[in-house]
Formats: sequence, structure tokens, C-alpha cells
Amino acid sequence: MTQTAVADTSDDAAQGVRRRDFIHVAAVSAAGVGAASTLYPLVSQMAPSADVLAESSTEIDISKIQPGQAIKAVFRKQPVFVRNLTPTEIAEAKKVDVGSLRDPQSLDDRTKPGKANWLITMGVCTHLGCVPLGAGEGEVKGEFGGYFCPCHGSSYDTAARIRKGPAPKNLEVPPYEFTSDTVVKIG
Amino acid sequence: MSFPWAKEYTPSHPAMVWLDEKLPLPRFVYNAIGAGYPVPRNLNYFWNFGVLAGFCLVIQLVTGIVLAMHYAANTGVAFDSTEHIMRDVNWGWLLRYMHANGASAFFVVVYAHIFRGFYFGSYKAPREMIWLLGVLIFLLMMATAFMGYVLPWGQMSFWGAKVITGLFGAIPVVGEPLQIWLLGGFAPDQAALNRFFSLHFLLPFVILGVVILHIWALHIPGSSNPTGVEVKTESDTVPFHPYYTAKDGVGLAVFLFLYFAMVFFAPNALGHPDNYIPANPMSTPAHIVPEWYFWPFYAILRAFTADFFIIPAKLMGVLAMFSAILVWFLLPWLDKSPVRSGTYRPTFKKFYWLLVIDVLVLGYCGGAPAAEPYVMISQIAAMYYFLHFFVVIPVVSAIEKPLPLPFSITEAVLGKDEAATVAPAE
Repeated sequence: MTQTAVADTSDDAAQGVRRRDFIHVAAVSAAGVGAASTLYPLVSQMAPSADVLAESSTEIDISKIQPGQAIKAVFRKQPVFVRNLTPTEIAEAKKVDVGSLRDPQSLDDRTKPGKANWLITMGVCTHLGCVPLGAGEGEVKGEFGGYFCPCHGSSYDTAARIRKGPAPKNLEVPPYEFTSDTVVKIG
Repeated sequence: MSFPWAKEYTPSHPAMVWLDEKLPLPRFVYNAIGAGYPVPRNLNYFWNFGVLAGFCLVIQLVTGIVLAMHYAANTGVAFDSTEHIMRDVNWGWLLRYMHANGASAFFVVVYAHIFRGFYFGSYKAPREMIWLLGVLIFLLMMATAFMGYVLPWGQMSFWGAKVITGLFGAIPVVGEPLQIWLLGGFAPDQAALNRFFSLHFLLPFVILGVVILHIWALHIPGSSNPTGVEVKTESDTVPFHPYYTAKDGVGLAVFLFLYFAMVFFAPNALGHPDNYIPANPMSTPAHIVPEWYFWPFYAILRAFTADFFIIPAKLMGVLAMFSAILVWFLLPWLDKSPVRSGTYRPTFKKFYWLLVIDVLVLGYCGGAPAAEPYVMISQIAAMYYFLHFFVVIPVVSAIEKPLPLPFSITEAVLGKDEAATVAPAE
């Protein structure tokens, strides 16, 4: 037995691979996999927890919103604007040449078919996350008649598209659906 | 290391001799900040700010740890527990005002320390590592201060957290998932507040560790000095104790006088009234600005209003803001002048003061609303800021003719004849 083992070792050495090399590689690999799999939960615990994700959809009653009015609702603990556009506002939004916009989208891209008067967007400025003005009664709507962010002066039009100021994108349209004519489910 | 003439620690009491054999901690302190550390004899009051910064760190650690005994990092009660500290906890108002103003004082002192380094070329060989560690400390301080400001969970806390984490959202592709991961949600909330508290507690100890490395690296070449001429003989130095412990004591007394004047008579002068309104995710304050010590960098962030080729304006602003600090890491290699001290560099000196004014202008614009003329002024000032580091410093160091340097520190202090009489006495 001993003789065989000795013979094996010398064979391995001749090929350049020793038992000890194998043990080193195996031990370091096992420790590496162990360290990496410990790291995973440590990184992952930072991500949104189950209860935060569970709050990720919300239902809104829109029956009381008159044309020209808007409400602020809460979705993922962030404001969401639900706005009932007037025919003038819709016409104004459709008049704009889409190609000339910083973030080219038409009003139809941003609303549901047949519901062009319901403009539903996040109330989160795409610049640095402030809440723009314009949804509340009597708030400044900016020079394009939509929303105006007081932090760094971004102006949005009646389709909540960025028209002026530092924000790079239009106000985000969250995923939503009409569960009935008067109820919208966001998320 | 030290100079060969450094005094050796020689304990006389048997207990200290015993301790020195088992754990030479007193020897370590003696050689670091005692009579065993020879320091150039010509240090001016700008060399006080290192010790003062260390003192500020101690203030923040002590007051912070006791505040953490009364504060609760929960969105439901964080604001109220801060008010509880202010109104109900014995001396709570003092501790919180010391901590809040201590942060400002820390930054005042550190900015003076950094600009001392800029002027006297403290970043140059052989002291590059001290400088690099110093910039790292500054970055850690900024992160710590930002997270601390979030803890009272007022309006400015909340919106500051939102805007600053929003900066990470500017990074292409990974930005938005990264922001959600950092916050543990889609907006600052319980998860964010709790982890900011945890990190705000941890980071000062990390800073303390890097400060120890900073001082360790300092003790290898020894302190620089206002002439920038290296120490040559024993007559160029005096022992740290009692000479600079005494001089630092004077600076400390002046510092404490000004600091407590702020704490007692204007504790909220540097704060924002909006932060006494509980956080409201549905409404942004009309004018959100960070704390004053971030203003120059905030102005650079906001200076980018147009897309730069394929880089969107928002990302460009974020890159510029971080680069404004990261460029300091390169400074030892951007400034190639063999002369350290700005005193002997007439052209450099003029641009140095231009940089000081430029940073003050940026600071003013960063605190002002994002409207004209401040945006345009920020743009010009931000452009000069980067020109200064990437063009002015290398070019000036290449073409400038410096003034003649003194032969030694002793000569600079005593004049040629006096130095000549001192030298043979060695």
C-alpha cells in the first residue's frame, strides 16, 4: 500500500500536479464559495423587503374628479397624480410635434385607448425626485400648463412631458388598468 | 520612524517600566504626540487644524453615542424622539446642538486643513499617502454627515435623502435598481432610516481608523512646514510636547470659544427651519438645499443643464460633482513643481487665491435657488474649478520660476547670521 502511494505521488509530480496542489485548490475554492454565499444574503437584505413590495399596488376611485381637476394618491409611498384633462388640454398636448420633445412620446402613448382624458403619472420629478406642483387646487402649473417642479425649475406640459428645465424624462406613467369606469388599479 | 535626535521614552516609575515591557502603549503615544516627536520649529497657526479636526471627531463620537441612547430610528417616532431629546432629556438640547454644530465645526476645521495643504503643498512627495488618506477621510465625513442629517426625519432630512440617493439613479442601466437597493424601497422610508442610523454609527469609527493611518503615514516623513524645506538638523525642530501641545492649546481655546458661541447663541443658524416639520413624502419644501458644507459641490451638480454629447445633463452633473473631490486624489501628480510652499511660488499663489474665491462663489451659488444668475455663475465657477486642477496647476508648475528658498528652516526663522551661529553648536 505504502509503496503504491509513494509511486502515485512521484507519478503526479512528474506530471506537475501534486496532491498538495489539489488540496490547496479544493480548500481555497470551498472557502471562496462559502464566503460568496455568505455575501449574498448580506447584499440581498438591503433590497426592498416583502412588506414593502406588498404595498406595491393601490386602487383609486376617480369618479369625483371633474375635468380640469387632479388628485394626489399614494403608490409605493410616493405621490401619483391622477388628472382629468379638459378637451383644451388634450388639444394642446396633441398639437405638439412629438419629434421636437426631449423624451418623445405622444399623449396617446401615455394614456389608455379611449381614455385620453385620464392622465395618470407619478408625482416624482425625473430630475432628483421632488414632488412637482400643479395637481393641487391653485398650485402653479408652470408655463406649459401641466406641472412645475419648484426644486430646480423643470416644467411639464399637459401630457406631463418634460418641456423645460433639467429633468431628463417625462413624468413616469406607472403600470395601471381601469378595473371599472370609476376605479383605477395602479401597480 | 523619527529623526535620530528624537528623545527616547525612558519611564522612571517601576509600574511604567513594567507596562513598557508588556505593552509599550505609553511609548507609542510619547513618540506620536509627545516629546518623542520632533516637529519643525516654524509651524504657524494653520498647523493647528489637524489637532482641531481630531478634537471635533472626539466631540462627535462622544455626543453621538449619548444621543443614540435616546434616539429611535423608526419613521413613526424618529422626529418625536428628536424633540424628546430637545425638550425632555436632561441636557439633551445641549448634546444635540453640540452634535449638530459639531458637524459644521468639523467641516470648517477640515476645509481649513485641506486648504492649508493646497497652499503649502502638503500633498507633495514624500507625503502623498497622508494626502490620499486625508481625501478618503473627507469622503467618509461627507457620507457620515449626510446620513446623520437624515436621522431627525424632518422635511429636509427626507428630501435630502431622496435627492442624494436620486443621484445614484442617474447612473445608466444599474442606476434605478441601485437606488432602490440603497433605500430598501422606492422612496426613503423605514428601511432607509434604519440603515442610515446603523451606518451613521459605524462610519465615525471607520474615520477614526483612517485617521490613525493618516497620522501613522505622517510620522514617517514627519510634519511639513510653511517653508516647505525639509528638516536638516536638530536645530530645525522642537519636540511636539510641550511646544506644539501648547500652541495647539491656544488654537483649541479659540476654537472652543467660537464653537460654543454658535452652540449657545445661534444653534440653528446653520440649519433649516423646514427640518422642524415632520417628513412628508407628499410635499417637497419650496427651497431644498443641503447643509452649507455641501454647497460648492451641489453648485457643480446643478451647473450642468444641457446634455453633453451622449451623456444626459443629470448624469453629467453627478459625474462632475464626484470628480470635483476625486481630482484631489490626483493632485500629488498634477503639481510637478519641486517647490512645496506657495510662499515661494508667486504665480501659483495668485491662482491659489483665485481657487479660494472660486470655491466661495460656488458655495454661495449652491445655497441659492436654482435660477439665474446663479446657474450661469455656477457654470463659470465650475469650469474654473476643473481648469484649476487639470490645466492651471500642471502648467504653472512647469513654467513658473520660484523665489529662492531658504537654506534651512533655522535660517528661515533666525536669518542667515543667527543660523550660522546655531549650526556649529550642534
